[in-house]
Amino acid sequence: MKYTQGQYIIKEKSAIAREIYSFTISCPEVAAAACPGQFVHIRAKGFTLRRPISICGIDKEKGTLRIVFEIRGEGTAEIAKLNAGDLIDILAPLGHGFTVNPDFKKVVLIGGGIGTPPMLPLAKAYGDRAAAISGFRNASAVILQEDFRKTGAETILCTDDGSAGIHGFVTQPFTELAEKGGIDAVYACGPMPMLKGIAAICKEKNIYCEISLEERMACGIGACLGCACRTVRNDEEYFAHVCKDGPVFKAEEVLW
Amino acid sequence: MADMSVKVCGVDFKNPIIPASGVFGYGREYEELFPLDKLGGIATKGTTLHLRTGNLAPRIAETPSGMLNSVGLQNPGIDHFIETELPYLLTKDLVVLANIAGSTPDECAEVAAKLEDTDVHMIELNISCPNVKQGGAAFGTSCEMAAEVTKRVRAVTKKPLVVKLSPNVTSIADIAKSVEAAGADAVSLINTLLGMRIDINTGRPILRNNVGGMSGPAVFPIAVRMVWQVANAVNIPVIGMGGVSSGRDAIELMMAGASAVQVGAAIFTDPYAPVRIVEEMNDWLNSKGISSVKDIIGTVKPW
Ligand SMILES: Cc1cc2nc3c(=O)[nH]c(=O)nc-3n(C[C@H](O)[C@H](O)[C@H](O)COP(=O)(O)OP(=O)(O)OC[C@H]3O[C@@H](n4cnc5c(N)ncnc54)[C@H](O)[C@@H]3O)c2cc1C
Ligand SMILES: Cc1cc2nc3c(=O)[nH]c(=O)nc-3n(C[C@H](O)[C@H](O)[C@H](O)COP(=O)(O)O)c2cc1C
Ligand code: FES
Repeated sequence: MKYTQGQYIIKEKSAIAREIYSFTISCPEVAAAACPGQFVHIRAKGFTLRRPISICGIDKEKGTLRIVFEIRGEGTAEIAKLNAGDLIDILAPLGHGFTVNPDFKKVVLIGGGIGTPPMLPLAKAYGDRAAAISGFRNASAVILQEDFRKTGAETILCTDDGSAGIHGFVTQPFTELAEKGGIDAVYACGPMPMLKGIAAICKEKNIYCEISLEERMACGIGACLGCACRTVRNDEEYFAHVCKDGPVFKAEEVLW
Repeated sequence: MADMSVKVCGVDFKNPIIPASGVFGYGREYEELFPLDKLGGIATKGTTLHLRTGNLAPRIAETPSGMLNSVGLQNPGIDHFIETELPYLLTKDLVVLANIAGSTPDECAEVAAKLEDTDVHMIELNISCPNVKQGGAAFGTSCEMAAEVTKRVRAVTKKPLVVKLSPNVTSIADIAKSVEAAGADAVSLINTLLGMRIDINTGRPILRNNVGGMSGPAVFPIAVRMVWQVANAVNIPVIGMGGVSSGRDAIELMMAGASAVQVGAAIFTDPYAPVRIVEEMNDWLNSKGISSVKDIIGTVKPW
């Protein structure tokens, strides 16, 4: 069995910014199988479709997973009502995650807004070989910086309005790092324009780049073909599916 | 343990529950969760003569107690189905309904003809997909066209032929009668209802295709009504679907006249839904002392 569906206990819940919650869930089978970049499909009480949320932490020893999500609409608002001790219904671990290559000496992780959580397991995997650039709207939306620091990664913070860290978009510090050279891979998750910008820089500098995409999902496992995205495979256009072929794709495969 | 087996146009099902076409792919993904042989059958993803890439994303939108989809019959084509997916499914102990579609009656017949030499158990001819411009719903909304496509497919196949009807019509019973007269062995209904959602912040429809097919619990009462009307209008078996999410729903649809029941969107909420529904039906039958599920088919006592 590649994935499991079941009800698991929420061990910890915390609000880490306005309308952004962190859950630690006890689910040993899922934690044992999960890898960075994968996601969980959460059932929200009263809704037909599950909500996809990236895995933000995997503790194989404790048998726990961490997720961090923002209230965006009614479904995530419903999930946010759950508390420590409650059961959460998840289908997981789903999707094709990031490639972690132990030979890489220097990698850059770029997260935009609620796209930062899936970068954390990568920071843990690469430790001080990673530079984690995170971008947010403003200081009150900043999350996970201390968690990134704890992994040993170099952390670079940007905000759109300059209320914390560097004033501007993540592409600025990234361009500077890319100029210096020596980067083996770039991993990114965040809004489409950000990903597109990063992919363009990587292409120009010839740096290997993986990005995590979003699409509306129904099944989450590749059966309904609902979550199509346009990609190129063997020089041919190909409708891939974000839930199974992704959410992580090689940047060069994506048709923007 | 009640006897859960049913027979539809001579084909034996160990239980009446079948994942609906388009929600279950060709079964492989869900086999990671439970053995497929717990199911009565499987209706495979709608398959056409050639590979189809489908519509652009977003293809999914949620609605109160339901959803819209505009997948647009993305599929790898019938040859791939016959070479790769069908042999795998035929190793499982369940009835395989090959759901097929085409943009012309000839194309539908060509797809059906290719299945004639295979061991597929039944053909489910989809004349009701609202997400494709040619063929699809256009066939299913006129009695003449529905009969024409059915005849063409009938002429090339001896397999049990189930014709899947569109609810987007004035009288589904009339369409059912015309496909029965054209040689259908059974009908299945309902396919999705045409729907639309708009993101009021952007003013754009959520679906890239603007409109899509609605399914899920919200459509259940419509399905019950249509299954009942059709079951009263034809002498061939009816396979019911549309919003079924519990054993009680499946029993209700069978009381309305369905000989077997397909489960679609409920699988997205609970991937075990088809298996759970079989268990819930069995529990209900046992609690009522009904020894065979067959005994409830068409037993509704209308006022
Ligand atoms: C692979 C993947 C990983 C994700 N990881 C995270 C994460 O770690 N943290 C986080 O906060 N958010 C994440 N998201 C986005 C999250 O899934 C949406 O914010 C959430 O589904 C919105 O649900 P809602 O009911 O609050 O919003 P509504 O707008 O009410 O939702 C209506 C429908 O649209 C879908 N939908 C709405 N926005 C999105 C979106 N951006 N992507 C996909 N479907 C959407 C919903 O799932 C639902 O089916 C991820 C999305 C994907 C595809
Ligand atoms: C994502 C999706 C894809 C579908 N694709 C097909 C298809 O390829 N062929 C078909 O005959 N019906 C297709 N359908 C319709 C279903 O088989 C079923 O008729 C409909 O969803 C009603 O059942 P439900 O309310 O239980 O989902 C699709 C439905 C969904 C939700
Ligand atoms: S959500 Fe069903 S294929 Fe991706």
